[in-house]
Amino acid sequence: MAQADATLMDTGGPAAKRGGTEKLVTADGVPLKRALERAQRRRKLVALGLVGPLLLFILTVFVFPIAQMMWLSVSNPQVVNALPRTLEALQDWDGRDLPPEPVYAALHADMVEDLERERRDRLTGPLGIRLNYEISAARSAISRTARQVDSFEAPFKDAFMDAHRLWGQPELWRVIKREGRPLTTSYYVAALDREFDEFGNIVQRDENRRIYVSLFGRTLMLSVIITAMTFLLGFPIAYYMSILPMRHANLLMICVLLPFWTSLLVRTSAWIVLLQQQGVINSGLVGLGIIDDANRISMIYNMTGTIIAMTHILLPFMVLPLYSVMRTIPPSYMRAAKSLGATPSTAFRRVYFPQTLPGIGAGGVLVFIISIGYYITPALVGGQSGRMISNEIARHIQQSLNWGLAAALGTMLLVGVLALYWLYNRLVGADSLKLG
Amino acid sequence: MGNASTSDGFVAFDRVQKSYDGETLVVKDLNLSIAKGEFMTMLGPSGSGKTTCLMMLAGFETATSGEISLDGRPINSVPPHKRGIGMVFQNYALFPHMTVGENLSFPLEVRGMGKSEREKKVKRALDMVQMGKFAGRRPAQLSGGQQQRIALARSLVFEPDLVLMDEPLGALDKNLRERMQYEIKHIHNNLGVTVVYVTHDQTEALTMSDNVAVFDDGIIQQLAPPDVLYEKPDNAFVAAFIGENNTLRGKVDGVNGTTCTVRLDDGSEVKALKVNVAGDGVRTTLSLRPERVVLGEEAASMPNRFEAEVLELIYLGDHIRVRMNVCGDDEFIVKVPNNKGGRDMKVGQKAPVGWAIEDCRALDPS
Ligand SMILES: Nc1ncnc2c1ncn2[C@@H]1O[C@H](COP(=O)(O)OP(=O)(O)OP(=O)(O)O)[C@@H](O)[C@H]1O
Ligand SMILES: [Mg+2]
Repeated sequence: MAQADATLMDTGGPAAKRGGTEKLVTADGVPLKRALERAQRRRKLVALGLVGPLLLFILTVFVFPIAQMMWLSVSNPQVVNALPRTLEALQDWDGRDLPPEPVYAALHADMVEDLERERRDRLTGPLGIRLNYEISAARSAISRTARQVDSFEAPFKDAFMDAHRLWGQPELWRVIKREGRPLTTSYYVAALDREFDEFGNIVQRDENRRIYVSLFGRTLMLSVIITAMTFLLGFPIAYYMSILPMRHANLLMICVLLPFWTSLLVRTSAWIVLLQQQGVINSGLVGLGIIDDANRISMIYNMTGTIIAMTHILLPFMVLPLYSVMRTIPPSYMRAAKSLGATPSTAFRRVYFPQTLPGIGAGGVLVFIISIGYYITPALVGGQSGRMISNEIARHIQQSLNWGLAAALGTMLLVGVLALYWLYNRLVGADSLKLG
Repeated sequence: MGNASTSDGFVAFDRVQKSYDGETLVVKDLNLSIAKGEFMTMLGPSGSGKTTCLMMLAGFETATSGEISLDGRPINSVPPHKRGIGMVFQNYALFPHMTVGENLSFPLEVRGMGKSEREKKVKRALDMVQMGKFAGRRPAQLSGGQQQRIALARSLVFEPDLVLMDEPLGALDKNLRERMQYEIKHIHNNLGVTVVYVTHDQTEALTMSDNVAVFDDGIIQQLAPPDVLYEKPDNAFVAAFIGENNTLRGKVDGVNGTTCTVRLDDGSEVKALKVNVAGDGVRTTLSLRPERVVLGEEAASMPNRFEAEVLELIYLGDHIRVRMNVCGDDEFIVKVPNNKGGRDMKVGQKAPVGWAIEDCRALDPS
């Protein structure tokens, strides 16, 4: 009987009334299980139909490209594809002096294998570019050699060294051997301002060639400053809006949201007009005699410019969550605190402020994450000192075409953001976030 | 328990007025005196200005004119946190980010009290409301009734002389409300603290208070102990607002000392107590409690006697409400005990009704 009860509980339906051990069927004789399955299959299909398009969209434009990017940061097919024989011959090489003649012979065999010009270029071109990331002039060495290689005769060692001096340097061979694997860490090594020394150890680069770590640091610092600025500016205004009657609050809200409704470029140009050395603010200050003409303040094309412009742009992301949290805090809490003897400032600090923390957390995380990857504003008004890591990534994608390094930098940024979010989650708890 | 009629009470409102918009007065000329240790209830319909009065007393609203004094000192310009008045809010206003213990300890902390003393007082306050085991919980983890107790304990933990409660039981169900009424009353008796209590539930007001101030339209209509309020309402509003009430309308037709004769609109004549009528010839409302009307043979000995028709019978268990037509009024209610006589009544039946002069009060016209 207990079993029958359990079945009844599980399936319910019209058949339940019949009870007993006979097979449960619906009123029109279909086995209940199958009827239920059919009903649920339809529901699942509907759910899939509703979620599907977005899922597909996210997969194609978000998940897939990011996976692709992460793959690019470690993928290293160029040397393996172009020089298979050479790599095999290099296997026993000790990495100190120049490799022996058979290695050069193998290199020759690799390079002449494709007599057809175009196909050879298709392999040696990427090879040159790839090696050039590690050792300058490698690209011209490869291309020049590729042009002449058909006329080489044994002993190949001398022939290669005649064609380009790099073939006589163990450094090039070490790079070829090191990068002769389908996966590489060298983009990450470079992204951390490090390189391989002659013994294959990872060491720091010379001082004047270190860029990325300090740039990461600056990006982090700028994001923290911008987050703090939006908080300092946004908190009072959000508070004020939350205590205003709805209709006045909405008016103020429009002012806060105005940046959202203006094109980024228009806004940025406005900042340029306002902040540049011949701009409105400087001229005004000079006109008032506060500063003299020779000492106009530079507020744009530097870090200040980035901070000012991005604070303005990201302010709504701070104000909106703050406001939506503050709206829900009933005024009776502050009153209760005061009636219990707390001064207005104590009441604010001990009772009101802690309740706004979910909003501060949400706004802070939003602003911080957006600003850490911000690109356009620093590019337009940041000058040299206001650049951020995304500008460097963009440079590698658009100008130096070192996509591997760009991908490594991008992946590090992504992992960094995820790590910070994880930390936030550990410390504060992401479920306390209130995004509006 | 003191009486509110002393002019220099513990709490005194002196000609207090309040307007929010500068056009209408929400509180009009409030004079109220509350003795130390008294349980005073402000009772009135929604929008009558009860909360406003309480907020002025607590310091969250300023009186537009007039003076409020506490213990002999004017407090108009004293900020809320320096008034030392405990308060229980309708939504309890327990701080959600603090535990129950921290909530209670908050008023002691801001007074700079030491840790061990705080703990002692918090424990005592929690025990007082039988919530000793809940000190570590968050308010969200408590039921409505439990939150209510904590709010009560928090308003008392710093030992204020005066506690204000704005519909503190409004969110509770009937049973719990009755239990809490009893507990609040009990605590009030034990501590001797002065309580100003706001409610629009008349039963609550009648069962708990030493004195009830009936508010309407920003004015105190009557200030009296519960029994007086019920037995001897001063005006038609109070009579109608407190308890069940039969009203008969007519014109005064002859005054005789403390009684008067009233000619009702249908021509019948009623003798009533002259309470709130200016004199001969003015319109008046007669107020008569349903349980004071006698039905059947007993009515014969009453000075006011009429023939009435039963229109409706409503069965209420311990008694039966009989709606009748008396002197042209179709809404005349009589309460009949559920005994043999009561059960035998039929709709359409004619029966004599009657009542004493003292039970029929001639009040202002309404
Ligand atoms: N902050 C305010 N601004 C403007 N008018 C207000 C404000 N608070 C209350 N009022 C008005 O004052 C009048 C009295 O309000 P009050 O809150 O004192 O009523 P109440 O007696 O407490 O009613 P309830 O039983 O519904 O709580 C109402 O007409 C109300 O609309
Ligand atoms: Mg109210």
